[in-house]
Amino acid sequence: MLNPVIEMVGLTKKYRSFTAVDCLNLTVGKGEIFGLLGPNGAGKSTAILMMLGLTEPTSGSVSVCGINSSRNPIEVKRKVGYLPEEVGFYDNRTAMENLLYSARLNSIPDNEAIKRAEELIKRVGLADAKNKKTGKYSRGMRQRLGLADVLIKKPEVIILDEPTSGIDPQGVRDFLHLIVNLKNEQGLTILFSSHNLHQVQQVCDRVGIFVSGKLKSVGNIESLSKQLFTQSLCLIEAGVNEFSSDKVDFTPIKNILQLIDGIAKLEYNNGVFEIECTRDLSATIAQTIVNGGFGLNFLNKKEFGLDEIYNRYFEGGVQND
Amino acid sequence: MKEGYKMINNEISSDTVFENLDLKTNLNVKSTKCKTPHPFWVMVNKEITDHVRSWRFIILVSLIALTCLGSLYTAFENMGEAFKSTKSDDLFFFLKLFTVSDKTLPPFFIFISFLGPLLGISMGFDSINSEQNRGTLSRVLSQPIYRDYILNAKFTASMIVISVLFYALGFMVMGIGLIAIGIPPTVEEFLRIIFFIILSIFYVALWLNLSILFSVRIRQAATSALAGISVWLFFSIFYNMIVDLIAKGSAPSAFAPGHVVISFQKTMLNLMRISPAQLYSEATTTMLMPSVRSIGPLTMEQVSGAVPGPLPLGQSLLVVWPQVTGLIAVTILLFALAYMAFMRKEIRSR
Repeated sequence: MLNPVIEMVGLTKKYRSFTAVDCLNLTVGKGEIFGLLGPNGAGKSTAILMMLGLTEPTSGSVSVCGINSSRNPIEVKRKVGYLPEEVGFYDNRTAMENLLYSARLNSIPDNEAIKRAEELIKRVGLADAKNKKTGKYSRGMRQRLGLADVLIKKPEVIILDEPTSGIDPQGVRDFLHLIVNLKNEQGLTILFSSHNLHQVQQVCDRVGIFVSGKLKSVGNIESLSKQLFTQSLCLIEAGVNEFSSDKVDFTPIKNILQLIDGIAKLEYNNGVFEIECTRDLSATIAQTIVNGGFGLNFLNKKEFGLDEIYNRYFEGGVQND
Repeated sequence: MKEGYKMINNEISSDTVFENLDLKTNLNVKSTKCKTPHPFWVMVNKEITDHVRSWRFIILVSLIALTCLGSLYTAFENMGEAFKSTKSDDLFFFLKLFTVSDKTLPPFFIFISFLGPLLGISMGFDSINSEQNRGTLSRVLSQPIYRDYILNAKFTASMIVISVLFYALGFMVMGIGLIAIGIPPTVEEFLRIIFFIILSIFYVALWLNLSILFSVRIRQAATSALAGISVWLFFSIFYNMIVDLIAKGSAPSAFAPGHVVISFQKTMLNLMRISPAQLYSEATTTMLMPSVRSIGPLTMEQVSGAVPGPLPLGQSLLVVWPQVTGLIAVTILLFALAYMAFMRKEIRSR
């Protein structure tokens, strides 16, 4: 990578016997939106806390913009904006006051801070509510204000920890749009942690799949799906019906189907065959079933999408070691 | 805060008005000159505003102000009696404002020893855990500040608020007393009152630190408040009973030799002194009543040859020095514990 902004080398965090992050090696380049994808409790937040120097790594090191996070957290925090999951504000203060407080903590002079805060509040679409107490804010508004709060110190890197959880779809769309715009306009490096695959797919240049403390694989979505599905590409569901009722033996048809070239896996459940095949064999399968003297109720072709990638990695499917 | 913001806003608008004039350069020079405050003081500032605005604080302050006025009133009522008595410490007439009472309402310093802990606990019990529960802790900590700023700022802000409150109350009592009885305090009386206020501030700080410690360790604000209040209740009610119980059980017989009785008395007193309330009341009594010569039992030999009369300020201070040191030491110890616990705390978003 040309300009590594975030660099983690052998990063490990242990809580007694439990290993939250296990030897994480990851580099994020400048101006990139990197998606850290993983289920809840995978250790994403722990990795992020170590990046900010809020938690000490057990071993290994992490540096942001060339600064070691555990040695010099203050300098790192000057350059990194962090939006925690469920960001909180002082409820008895207005949005503007909350933003100005953050600005003051960053030693930004007041007149400059007010200018920036006004601008950012407008940008995240909260201009009408800027003098409202944040206690009255909805979840989505809070999250958007959180983004403004992150941006007020003009960071080089933004870390977003599950920023979209609990926001309605329209809100999510706006939020993601805002992130992409930010990246395009200011060349910010963005680390986006999420368990939602579709959102990650929409905005991220690269994705790292992070399961139980380990980074399973890194790459863009296409390369990830290629890595996983070298053998099987699509799933066909065939609902099979017998003309005469009662018990019918499906073994003959199963045997015939198995002979077809290109079928990787065949399963039968309650009148439905689930067939995994390396290419689109739906026509052949249909023909075989009908020729075999069975009734074909339906034939359903499923593409292996992101959900399948996700399920395969997270639900104990493929281990890419 | 809001007003400050408006004011700055006005400055900006005036800036734009002056845009066409040469005055603008002047204004710019001025704005670069005024430095941005250090983040720590920004935090202290915010904490103080939070305290002063909170209902909790307003309620407690009005409670304390009311009892203060009440005890002042009883003091005035009984001033005549006190004036007539011809005791040696009549010289310190002004101090009686703080100590005199008929038994209906306790005097000022007893009130403070009772309400002070409540004030301290109420100011600290949710200092850290509420920030964490609201999710503001991780947001503030991701700003370029050191972690201990949060704890230090909370402590400093509470101390400033308590100090201002106690000095205001103390001076108010003095002022009203001055108007009502018309006798000005002597320098020594004034100094004694100042020391009394300082002692009270430390006493409240002790409870403040205890409750901050609980707020670091206990996640629920209500539980933390309850923990603080139960420690306070334990020391103000149950501890005396327990010591009494021990005393009854282990008291020497009536025919025991003198030194046995004395050593028994001393042990009991030392047991009592584990309670910070006891230390505080011993220290304040000595400060406010110059006739108190010693805390604890005195033998006839020790008393013989002593000049009957009030102690000078320096001697009174010497008498209570162990108590004061003890109070300050516990305060610092509690703060250190809270500090350690907070620095090791895992900062999660919620």
